[in-house]
Order: sequence, then C-alpha cells, then structure tokens
Amino acid sequence: MSDMRTPLSRVRGLGSAKKGTEPFFMQRVTALANIPLTLFLVGALVVHAGSDYATMTAFLGNPFIGLLMLLLIVSAVYHMRLGLQVVIEDYVHGEAAKLLALIANQFFAFTIGVACVLAVLKLVIG
Amino acid sequence: MTDPTTRARPLSPHIQIYRWTLTMMLSILHRATGVALYAGTVLLAWWLLAAATGPEAYAQVQAVSSAWYGRLVLFGYSWALFHHMFGGLRHFIWDTGRGFDLKHVEIIARLTSIVPLFLTAGVWVAAYAYLGAF
Repeated sequence: MSDMRTPLSRVRGLGSAKKGTEPFFMQRVTALANIPLTLFLVGALVVHAGSDYATMTAFLGNPFIGLLMLLLIVSAVYHMRLGLQVVIEDYVHGEAAKLLALIANQFFAFTIGVACVLAVLKLVIG
Repeated sequence: MTDPTTRARPLSPHIQIYRWTLTMMLSILHRATGVALYAGTVLLAWWLLAAATGPEAYAQVQAVSSAWYGRLVLFGYSWALFHHMFGGLRHFIWDTGRGFDLKHVEIIARLTSIVPLFLTAGVWVAAYAYLGAF
C-alpha cells in the first residue's frame, strides 16, 4: 500500500472534467429528435409495405426523404451509443472487459452509422 | 485509510428479494428494448445497403421480411420501438420534476405499458391494409 490517500483526496482540487453533463444532455436531445424521426420511418415503412424495389429506391432517393433518413441515422446512432455505454458501465465490472466493451460499442455504432449514411447518399446522389 | 475495494463490503439485496412491481418491470424493459433496438440497427443498415446495392440484394431483404420469422422479428422491433419511445416520454416527465408521487407513477406506468401495445397493433393493421390483406 504505497498510497494512503483516498480516491476522493486524489482528485480533490483538480477541478471538474467540465463535460460531465454532456452525455446526459445529448441523450435527451437525441431522444427528442428520435420521436418524430422514427415515427416518420415507421409511417414510411407502413405505406411502402407492399412496394417493389423500383418504388422503394425512388422514394429513398428523394432528397427530402434522404435528409430525414440521415437525421434519423445520426440521432439514433448517437443515442444508442450513449445508451449502451451506460449499460456497459453498469454491468461490466472487469476493467479490461469494460474497456473492450466500450471500444466495441464505439466501433459498432460508427460502423452502423457510416454504413447507413453511405447507403442513403448513394440512393439520393446515386 | 485502507483501500476500500479490498475489504468485503455489505451489499444491498438483489432484485429477486423484492416484490415484483410494474415500475420495476418497465425499468428493466426500457433497458432491454434499448439494447434490442441497438442490435436491430443491423437490420436497418442491411435494408438500406441492399436498396443501395441493387434488385438482387433487395430481393433477399424482401424474402426475409415477408417470411413468418422475419415478420415476427419486425413485429417485435416495432413494439420495442414504441415501448422504448414511451419509456423515454416517461423519463421526460420525470426530468421536469413532475410525476414522482406514487399515484402518478402508477398511472404513467400503466399508460406507458398499454399505449405502445395499441400503437404496435395499429401499425400492423395499417401495414397489412397497405399490403392489400383487407
């Protein structure tokens, strides 16, 4: 036991990290944005339940639809990345496993996000 | 002061010790649906990439999404979406500092568990109507 100080005394006086409330705030901002955006997607999928390939790609190729899809993707991916981070921090206790899970979360979210954005851009600009 | 992590600390009882309540179930379901929707984005990415790739790739998506198991997954997906959305709305009410008394907690809990079921059913009735089922 080389260090007799408590964890609290080690950080006291160093100041806050300044960004403590950012994930909390962004979780709610993206949650709010997700409501109309997911309702739009569900509505579009209902209306296009029986649509063939040509009709669907024409719909997704519309710039206004593409804009809504891009907003949805960015907001949803941001939201789920923050959400899963909290879940990992709550349930994964081993330091190495936690670090790996947090990194995997970042990789997964960014990969899904970039894949969806790429697809939408191709459908719109194509 | 010794390192607090080396000594066995008393732990609070885990969930199995408590009486099962609706609010408890909703708290767990909010997380569970969140994690499920996280995994479900793979399907969203597959659908969009297939549409961007071409008719053959899109036909694979259509084959799976029209099969019974695909419909089952999509049904669960839509319910998880509405359930998580209403769980989020419940948290928005709490974020304003309101609705914490037992009476309102219970009313809001009932609404947020029942309304998503009706919305899910409504969405699927509408989807099958667009498919020409009626």
